[in-house]
Amino acid sequence: MSDKGFPAAAREALANTQQRRNLGHATRTIRAKRAAVVGEVADWEALRDAGAAIKASAMARLPELLEQLEASVLAAGGQVHWARDGAEANAILTGIVKAHGATEVVKVKSLASDEIEMNEALAAEGITAQETDLAELIVQLGDDEQSHILVPAIHRNRAEIRELFRRTLDDAGDLSDDPAELAEAARRHLRKRFLSARVGVSGANFAVADTGTICVVESEGNGRMCTTLPDVLVTVMGIEKVVPAFEDLEVMLQLLPRSSTGERMNPYTSLWTGTTDGDGPSEFHLVLLDGGRTDVLADPHGRDALHCIRCSACLNVCPVYERTGGHAYDSVYPGPIGAILTPQLAGLREGRTLPWASSLCGACYEVCPVKIDIPSMLVHLRGRIVRDAAEHGGVRGRLSGERLAMQGLARAFGSRRRYEAAQKAGRVGQWPLARGAGNIEHAPGPLHAWTAFRDLRAVPGEAFRDWWRTRSS
Amino acid sequence: MTAAREDVLGRIRTALGAEPRVIEIPRDYVVASSLQRDEQVERFAERAAEYRATVWRCSETDVAAAVGAALAEHGARRLVTPSDLPADWRPAGIEWLEDGQGLGVEALDASDGVVTGCAMAIADTGTIVMDAGERQGRRALTLLPDLHVCVVRSSQVVGTVPEAIRRLGEAVRTGRRPVTFISGPSATSDIELNRVEGVHGPRRLEIVLASR
Repeated sequence: MSDKGFPAAAREALANTQQRRNLGHATRTIRAKRAAVVGEVADWEALRDAGAAIKASAMARLPELLEQLEASVLAAGGQVHWARDGAEANAILTGIVKAHGATEVVKVKSLASDEIEMNEALAAEGITAQETDLAELIVQLGDDEQSHILVPAIHRNRAEIRELFRRTLDDAGDLSDDPAELAEAARRHLRKRFLSARVGVSGANFAVADTGTICVVESEGNGRMCTTLPDVLVTVMGIEKVVPAFEDLEVMLQLLPRSSTGERMNPYTSLWTGTTDGDGPSEFHLVLLDGGRTDVLADPHGRDALHCIRCSACLNVCPVYERTGGHAYDSVYPGPIGAILTPQLAGLREGRTLPWASSLCGACYEVCPVKIDIPSMLVHLRGRIVRDAAEHGGVRGRLSGERLAMQGLARAFGSRRRYEAAQKAGRVGQWPLARGAGNIEHAPGPLHAWTAFRDLRAVPGEAFRDWWRTRSS
Repeated sequence: MTAAREDVLGRIRTALGAEPRVIEIPRDYVVASSLQRDEQVERFAERAAEYRATVWRCSETDVAAAVGAALAEHGARRLVTPSDLPADWRPAGIEWLEDGQGLGVEALDASDGVVTGCAMAIADTGTIVMDAGERQGRRALTLLPDLHVCVVRSSQVVGTVPEAIRRLGEAVRTGRRPVTFISGPSATSDIELNRVEGVHGPRRLEIVLASR
């Protein structure tokens, strides 16, 4: 995480016209697809209500469900590990890989693993983590950063990907920019790695407490490769991924693909329960990761962020995300969900400007398959961050300016005399600033922070109160 | 290790507070399809085809011929099969690689394709469901070969996702069998969010839909 903050990073991103074009095209495509497949489901709202309640219920019963999940996985021949933070999770994984004498693991896309910087941790121990999801591969080969939950390389177009593949892939040959040909090149590149891998690593979309079943939802088949071909499979999942019962999947497996890729069903969904003789890995490890989730759970007004099923529908509809792209959020979780999840997972130590990366238009709430009220949570977090800054003396930059301005406004609005005096002063003081239709685009002093993002309406020549007085006399 | 477990569980209990919240899960969504049986079968065929699976319709007595036609389309001659694939599903003139656990990944990779049955199929989503049961074999069989020919009997088609999940509960609870949902050939949307068929899983999915 850099300390640049969202406003500065967003300004840079907005200047990248190629990226804006790529993002505009991609988000328009996916929005139309999602709308079509959601529109054909008559009971969509009932499914959303059920999905929201399943997640809320899982969080309310979390200790009991995690213990049940653990018992179910053990009974099915798996092993269960607990990790307080990313470092512990990485250490557990590294231990397992080393115990099998492996120097490479094949990985299916997992946000939890990105969150804990698993690849870097493995590299430090001499273990190569091979990303196998096409977009993750593009990011890994280009030494790039993810910019979308579902499609981490959404900021790249086909021509850029062709150049990258020509440079980095085994026998890429004379590659065109046809997406099918690019996918074929990735297939050839990864196939021998799948066939020889001894350890596979995955995340989990859902983990079922009552059966110990892990569910991974994907498109390419790389997830099936990673979870069935190696001898050893390690799944690292956030503790919030647990759902109570196997039947809850009947709701989630309808909500997720339609919200995510805009498909009725994604090409492959894998469900496994411990180990099965003669089919798939002979050793299965489940690592349960806290990594700041219990901090999120402790805030009754913020905890619903843990309900997120990582579909990314909120990114695709967000007017801010569509323009700035994911990098400006400087987090594994960009977009509206990232704006509420990132600061909370980091105990407000990171992503402190993100709750302001929104116009509060509410589009994210409307599409969220589990009905997370993201706008309300953004407002709540703005309050928490401002209060936290005031309490801990770190009053500086934009927040302090806003705070001073708000205190001034509160004083002015607090008495008629002060309010009218302020109006008069404003009318006199604003003349060099107000332009055209009477908007102030760049205000000085503490008001600068306000007008950096929006215009300030100028104080009118005659106030309503003055007009009313003359009218009625 | 135990310390981490107790710590995490302790933190969760503290975070949740003393009062347990009881949350009812409203299940007002559709479970049973409103479509008639034959409409469900039609919808399955339609939706599977929309995801670029090829659907071959035949009668249950004609499966071998339909499988043969699907294989001929791709010039496939060396086919992997679970050992319990019925003899009357197998067209003549094919070299069968029976999987008695003996087939290594290289052999699967080098084959022309695989022929299997399935556990069920879902009409609403055009999905075939594999649960490692009869006529399906282990998961790798339908993953490594580039062509998957899957025989679906029309009686195996269910209407909705909830109907499928409720039937699978049994296989998972008692047999702990692995389950795979397959909806069309492998695909990716990772380049400009355009769906492209064919990445790591089978690039061609041929569904032989057999009616009585």
